Amino acid sequence: MKILVLMKMVPDIVEELEVAGDGSSLDPEYLRFIVNERDDYALEQSLLLKDRLGATVTVVALEAPEIDDVLHTALAKGADRAIRVSGVDVMAGTRAKAAALAATLPGVPGVLPADLVLSGCQAIDDLDGFVGPLLSSAIGLPYLGLVSRIKVDPAAGTAVVAKEYAGGVMGRFEVTLPAFLGVQGCEKPPRYVPIAKVRAAIAAGGIEAVPAASGPAVTPLAVGAMAKPVAAGHAEMLEGSVRDVAERLADVLAARGLI
Amino acid sequence: MATATLPETPDLTLDGLLATPQGHALLSCIQCGTCAGTCPHGDVMRYTPRRLIGMLREGFIEEVLASSDLLSCVTCYDCWDKCPRGLHLTDVLLPVVKEQVLLRLPQVPSELQGALSNTMRYGNPMGESPRKRAAWADSAAVPVPILRDLGRPVDVLWIVECYAAYYPRGQDNARATARVLAALGVDFAILGTEEKCAGECARLVGEKGLFDTLREQNMATLGKYEFASLLTSDPHAFDAFAFLYPSLGLTQPVQHTTPFVAARLDALRPRMTRELGYRVTYHDSCVLGRHNHMHDEPRRILEAIPGVSLVEMAHNRDNTLCCGGGGGGMWLDTFYKEKGHGRLSDRRVEEAAATGADVLAVSCPYEVPRFEDSLKVLGYDDRIVVRDVMELVAEALDG
Repeated sequence: MKILVLMKMVPDIVEELEVAGDGSSLDPEYLRFIVNERDDYALEQSLLLKDRLGATVTVVALEAPEIDDVLHTALAKGADRAIRVSGVDVMAGTRAKAAALAATLPGVPGVLPADLVLSGCQAIDDLDGFVGPLLSSAIGLPYLGLVSRIKVDPAAGTAVVAKEYAGGVMGRFEVTLPAFLGVQGCEKPPRYVPIAKVRAAIAAGGIEAVPAASGPAVTPLAVGAMAKPVAAGHAEMLEGSVRDVAERLADVLAARGLI
Repeated sequence: MATATLPETPDLTLDGLLATPQGHALLSCIQCGTCAGTCPHGDVMRYTPRRLIGMLREGFIEEVLASSDLLSCVTCYDCWDKCPRGLHLTDVLLPVVKEQVLLRLPQVPSELQGALSNTMRYGNPMGESPRKRAAWADSAAVPVPILRDLGRPVDVLWIVECYAAYYPRGQDNARATARVLAALGVDFAILGTEEKCAGECARLVGEKGLFDTLREQNMATLGKYEFASLLTSDPHAFDAFAFLYPSLGLTQPVQHTTPFVAARLDALRPRMTRELGYRVTYHDSCVLGRHNHMHDEPRRILEAIPGVSLVEMAHNRDNTLCCGGGGGGMWLDTFYKEKGHGRLSDRRVEEAAATGADVLAVSCPYEVPRFEDSLKVLGYDDRIVVRDVMELVAEALDG
């Protein structure tokens, strides 16, 4: 069984995001990138399937700052191949990234066809989760997103997955493989790999570098403006003695008709 | 009394350890059980050091390595200090075994996993922005120069460390230390955003690879600057810089803030003019106290502060009780709770309360959150406050 996992980097919101001078993009000077959390769950799911079924796991990621750390960590965790696709702007939009992967993946030896393609179902820069649907359509695979708890029956060539709906309703789907699944969560958190193993993976090399292939031109979505939220109001802090605060609080609640 | 050491662990494997003289000496354990008896988690651990060595000798080590039991070791140095054979337990055996445990754990406890991942990525276990590492200095009462901006050598490069740099109550310690250094007229600077965790607690929890990475990164940073000595607020960082960084070429001496200030009390005494009126009990930290035997220095400082009377807890100096935060314990509270372990800091706070003190003084930034939590849990927070020794000194300073 062959599993392909797609991972990408997104802005790390531990650092405060700043809007660039053009008013429609993030200022790259203050940006730091981190692996998309859902993609990390997709990798964990693939490694769990490998543990159980003996699959081979190939991880593919677009070039970005610190992406080698992510790929070496994936190798240290147990992935069999790690491929870095270069030549795509890290700030490119969802359509452009999906198109670049669609043009590139078929030409990389041994990557496609895969029995299962996994990626995160969404990202903080792709909240609608379009990468999966766009890419699966381009490479001719059925797509099911927002799934968790993937169980594969290799003999039957099927996978059974759970999909969460509003109101706590869970659906159970049987998917015929090959398929592309957008992973929402995993049965356990991503595993920790000791840094000694990551250092060993770095020392061993092992990341394959592949230039992005050119494909049909895509029209990116145009960002009209980008701005930080503006506070519409502020909390009123009640200060003074307990009695003063209690009386003031009673006045505030009474003024709003709450008592 | 054991002498503080931290020998380099030679190899990732137990075989590698046992091939060294200090590792081979472990096999001379007389199985007296002193280590198990003195271990703060000895009553709940399946594999105390005594049993660990016994199983190692009889070839059952895989059973130990497949268990998460060794995560209960908080590297308090009690077994190391009390061992009648002088065996390297806390400083050599336990980190190597814990490293093997960590490699085999099917799931690293989530709090610990988060702290280790954060330390690797951000240089601090809290996962805070590296760019905000020196933000505390903006509210310091005295200028806190950044070495890169200073553009000249300094006498003292102060390694603030993670909890003093980020944790809000730790920042009180950092601001107090800055005031004390300024009062002493010390020519000092900090690394600011270039500083990263020294990594010693990562090593003691078994993450030697993370420690090695941090040590290499920190040595590269230190190598860019000229300074005569290092100063740190964190005993764990003190151990790292004193015993483990020299093997990568660190030549400058390091001091912890407490002995540094104790050695300059004559200069400081005329400046400490405010009467505090506190009854203080001092907690010896495992690393500064038991490992490095620096017991007199903090007490000399406290006795020099006007209006401070010092009372001792039942367990003090080398017999101090562990706060539970070392060796990864800071990030294993939930794991310990699930295992049914009592909170070690609760035991210590009970002793502090029994003295009638109104201040529990500490010299390790880990202890402030641990003891403050315990004071609240046990209902003593209206009677006792936790203060770093530097906070008390700064409070006693004139203007």
